[in-house]
Amino acid sequence: MTGHSSHIMETPSQTAGPYVQIGCTPSRVGLAGINPGKDLGASLVSRKTMGRRISITGQIFDGTGKAVRDGLVEIWQADHNGLFNTPLETRGKPDPHFTGWGRQGTDLKTGLYRFETIVPGRVSWHDGRMQAPHVTFWIAGRGINLGLCTRMYFPDHQEDNAADPVLTGLEHPTRIPTLIAAPDGDDAYRFDIVLRGRNETVFFEH
Amino acid sequence: MPEHPKRIGGLFPRNRDRHPPPFTPGYRSSVVRAPQFSLVSIGASLSELTGPVFGHDSIGTDDNDLTRNHAAKDGSPIGERMIVYGRIRDETGRGIPSTLVEIWQANAGGRYHHPGETYHAPLDPNFGGCGRTLTDDEGWYEFRTIKPGPYPWPNGVNDWRPAHIHFSLFGQSFAQRLITQMYFEGDPLIRHCPIVNTIADQATIDDLVARLDLRASLPMDLLAYRFDLTLRGRRQTYFENTR
Ligand SMILES: [Fe+3]
Repeated sequence: MTGHSSHIMETPSQTAGPYVQIGCTPSRVGLAGINPGKDLGASLVSRKTMGRRISITGQIFDGTGKAVRDGLVEIWQADHNGLFNTPLETRGKPDPHFTGWGRQGTDLKTGLYRFETIVPGRVSWHDGRMQAPHVTFWIAGRGINLGLCTRMYFPDHQEDNAADPVLTGLEHPTRIPTLIAAPDGDDAYRFDIVLRGRNETVFFEH
Repeated sequence: MPEHPKRIGGLFPRNRDRHPPPFTPGYRSSVVRAPQFSLVSIGASLSELTGPVFGHDSIGTDDNDLTRNHAAKDGSPIGERMIVYGRIRDETGRGIPSTLVEIWQANAGGRYHHPGETYHAPLDPNFGGCGRTLTDDEGWYEFRTIKPGPYPWPNGVNDWRPAHIHFSLFGQSFAQRLITQMYFEGDPLIRHCPIVNTIADQATIDDLVARLDLRASLPMDLLAYRFDLTLRGRRQTYFENTR
């Protein structure tokens, strides 16, 4: 056997299917009794969280323009100082009142998702350059064979965005607008994700 | 401004041949939901190398026992009682401790507890079909549940899902995030399933098949199935020093 084939390899993905919300956001589908209180990831912030409070809402559209109503959306982001709430964080002490992780099902009727969070601080890139403030998105659901990863950037951070290593490194700069949220009122942003076709969102691999 | 830490190692690149491609016409739902562009490769930055951490305070004591977590006081779900257990490790073979494992499944008749469910098999009032747990210090997890039934689904004219349990896993990095499905050894429906067959290679499919484990079963009570899972590995790091 070669060295390569003797490695343990990653378990293959399978679609999350139409009932992913049973497992991940059970109280949304009438199973609140299983985890009294709240679904994991239902809330990122508390009254003590530092930083500018915002909401992010949006929908996920399929290739025919129809909103996905059986999907799952997760976000992961830095706190207002650019630090992550994990023991792996070695650069400083993250805000203990900010989890950094949120999870919502898309609404069974409208397909809308919504997060209450804060604007993240800036985080450095591999080479030390600073990234623009961004929120990492991960989506799963029926018809998605392997969870999809993308990023949301802020429309009011134009200078940061213009120097961001990920945005400036894109082979097709015309696709950058798919990664930038739209202002949606005071302290509110709208971020729609297009799975396929015209204005298809940029999805990343790491 | 915080400096970039040198201590978190990068992840092994994902071997995409093991995963289903996005566009798999045999599985109809993928046709309108599969991106047409290739994924844009960016090395994992801190934003993807880090990930959420869950404490034991977020998990209830019955959360990993699906035979009890939705049952009436004297009730119990109908079906073949079983233990599903195994180890979560990364591609270097190291167990992944304290990571969140969530499962969801149909009841013994093949019906989900969900407002969008259309199959006419009966609901089981004592079965919700979801559970969660954290792995122990060496990456082991265990659930108690009942064996889910196969069910028909609108895809081809006569497509049936083999009995399966959906698994959602985290690891330590957000880029390790994985959702997959577990099947049962010997199920004749596996080879006919369009979702299973989104994976090209038979040996890779076998990694999703749990094995009957009589030694781990409890006599006169529960059969056991073992299902190990592997998340993406990390280059040699100072990981241990940072915990
Ligand atoms: Fe299923």
